[in-house]
Amino acid sequence: MTDSIVKITGLNKWYGEFHVLRDIDLEVHKGERIVICGPSGSGKSTLIRCINALEEFQEGEIVVDGIELGPNLKHVDAVRREVGMVFQSFNLFPHLTVLDNCTLAPIWVRNIPKRDAEATAMKFLERVKIPHQANKFPGQMSGGQQQRVAIARALTMNPKVMLFDEPTSALDPEMVKEVLDTMVDLAEEGMTMLVVTHEMGFAREVANRVVFMDAGQIIEANTPNEFFAAPQHARTKLFLSQILR
Amino acid sequence: MSDIASSVYVRRDLLAERPAPVKTTGFVGLVRTRLLNSPTNILITIVSALLLWFTIVPSVKFLFVDAVWTGTDRTACLTENGACWPYIQAKLPQLIYGFYPEAERWRVDLTFFLAAVLLVPMLIPRLPAKGLNASLFFFAFPVVSFFLLLGGGITGFGLSWTAGLLQLFDDSIIGAGQVLLNLSKTSAIAPLLWVLGNLIVLVGTAIYWLIFPLTWLRDQLEGTGQSVWTDFAITTAAVSLISFVMGGGVRTGWRPLASTIVTFIAIAIVIKLMGLDHGGLPVVQTRLWGGLLVTLVVSVAGIVTSLPIGIALALGRRSTIPLIRIFSIAFIEFWRGVPLITVLFFATYMLPLFLPGNFTVDGLVRALIGIALFTGAYQAENVRGGLAAIPRGQGEAAAALGLSWWKTTSLIVLPQALRHVIPNLVNSFISLFKDTSLVSIVALFDLLGSLRASFADPKWSAPSTLFTGFAFAGIIYFLFCFGMSRYSLFVENRLNAHRRN
Repeated sequence: MTDSIVKITGLNKWYGEFHVLRDIDLEVHKGERIVICGPSGSGKSTLIRCINALEEFQEGEIVVDGIELGPNLKHVDAVRREVGMVFQSFNLFPHLTVLDNCTLAPIWVRNIPKRDAEATAMKFLERVKIPHQANKFPGQMSGGQQQRVAIARALTMNPKVMLFDEPTSALDPEMVKEVLDTMVDLAEEGMTMLVVTHEMGFAREVANRVVFMDAGQIIEANTPNEFFAAPQHARTKLFLSQILR
Repeated sequence: MSDIASSVYVRRDLLAERPAPVKTTGFVGLVRTRLLNSPTNILITIVSALLLWFTIVPSVKFLFVDAVWTGTDRTACLTENGACWPYIQAKLPQLIYGFYPEAERWRVDLTFFLAAVLLVPMLIPRLPAKGLNASLFFFAFPVVSFFLLLGGGITGFGLSWTAGLLQLFDDSIIGAGQVLLNLSKTSAIAPLLWVLGNLIVLVGTAIYWLIFPLTWLRDQLEGTGQSVWTDFAITTAAVSLISFVMGGGVRTGWRPLASTIVTFIAIAIVIKLMGLDHGGLPVVQTRLWGGLLVTLVVSVAGIVTSLPIGIALALGRRSTIPLIRIFSIAFIEFWRGVPLITVLFFATYMLPLFLPGNFTVDGLVRALIGIALFTGAYQAENVRGGLAAIPRGQGEAAAALGLSWWKTTSLIVLPQALRHVIPNLVNSFISLFKDTSLVSIVALFDLLGSLRASFADPKWSAPSTLFTGFAFAGIIYFLFCFGMSRYSLFVENRLNAHRRN
């Protein structure tokens, strides 16, 4: 297939002496939804943070939409414009209203006039079902609402890929669903997504591929049906037996 | 069913009237519940009341009851024990203007008026045009007040200044080269110095020829009678062209072009109004300035310049570039490590010894720079405290959206960091305002200095003048500092609206 949008080859990363990512090869095609799971400390967050250069790496190459991101981190800004990211702790800007959170990047990075940026932002806020809260501050909203705003904020930049770094881990159980629903909607619209999550129900429902990582390497990657029904590697079996009761 | 049955009720005996409970509201209630509700509190209340009695009563007595309100010299104040207000009245001009010539004092008044007119609307959030207002206050006002207070005119404009600056720069390069060449005659590493010296002189000469068209044009302009206006026209044309091209040329450059031209027209009007093109107002040397004028000039300039210095140093101290970080740390630690008096003393008496002979800096400006850098170092640490309070995720989220380091810092990190440290920043401003009184040790007569100078006047020599003078100065300082403090509280509440639920 030629329509690959993220291509990671031979990625290696060390924190000091600690080898966090070992020989990662991963290709993501346009419209593909990949769920990355694994025990904590397995390097899954680090992996997706490398894709938009929030982490630097020592060896290997990442190509995002034809833009090459080597260890010297050239073209960082170009890559970041094409990649949206949603964080575990939302990271909304608390001193700006929800609307300003969503218009900041379009105005200051894409130089879009304020009025157009606001119209676009409202469109996305409607899609995540919180248009009536546009003038509130993030601190006045629930965690689930904040995370949906964070998704809308990333979407206003029209990214080609969306990265989700444990988007539901910091939420109350009741709010997990509203965020997952938003992500399912997004998936149905054909967005390319890389999701680090422990929500195995979401993985079953939405993912094209599930990637299991441990100790900084990809242990197993398969379609969700195969992955959950017939895991091959012993480590995968152990992991699944522990999280699926 | 049984619920209803059990809620059936018939009163058997009527209740007698009872006295009302102890009052917990109103003045009596307050005294009873807050001031006299336990033995400890009774003791504290009594001590506090005594303290108030022994401080407030004598103050009021001194300032108002026993005070002398009218009089022409010391004899009026000799009999009473109270404040000698006619003395303040007689010395007020000196306390405000120092030795500023009487005929020119309208210039100081006008400056105060302009400052108030520009500052007050800026401080009221509801009023519009904050951008224009701020740029007038921070850029136009300092220049206008400089020519108003000091006087004097200009002999050239942008072109001459640029040419002069470049020439100064080039001269010092060539000068350094010559010094090295001279050294090479006696030094042990002569060949190296000779090569280096010749290289520097060569570079200097090359720059000389590079800027020759500019200096030549400047010399031609000075030959003609209308040098200021010709220069002004050339500068206007050049800057307009630059802003037009930078603004996006034919497509989007018209707005910047228009605003540039409007700015230059405004500058032209100011130049014409103040007659800067032929001499301007009579020069009043800064050693004649004094009183509240010096206090305000030093403190406003210090406040306005120390914050940017502090922000730059704080960002520098967190920089990943070692050279910038080491410089910032060294700078901050140096200025925080020396007392302000030393700084002022050094700036006033030692600095002229180190500067090249033909290069002098005005005494007031030297003190100003000293105070600005000193406070800047303190502000840097305040700002750094705010920066440290911003979670790393904020910067990461902004970076993930594609914002550059500068935009992340100025739009996301700094606005939040500064809000956290408003109390500390204003704290430093207030202490700067009061520290301006230290300039009196380097022969500048600020409010306090003028006051102390006025004590020497035998015409008003009375036992109470000293107390009256210091009480008056204290009240003035308190009004300014209290104003700053209250305004900062207001700003804090307003800017932290997002933290309230």
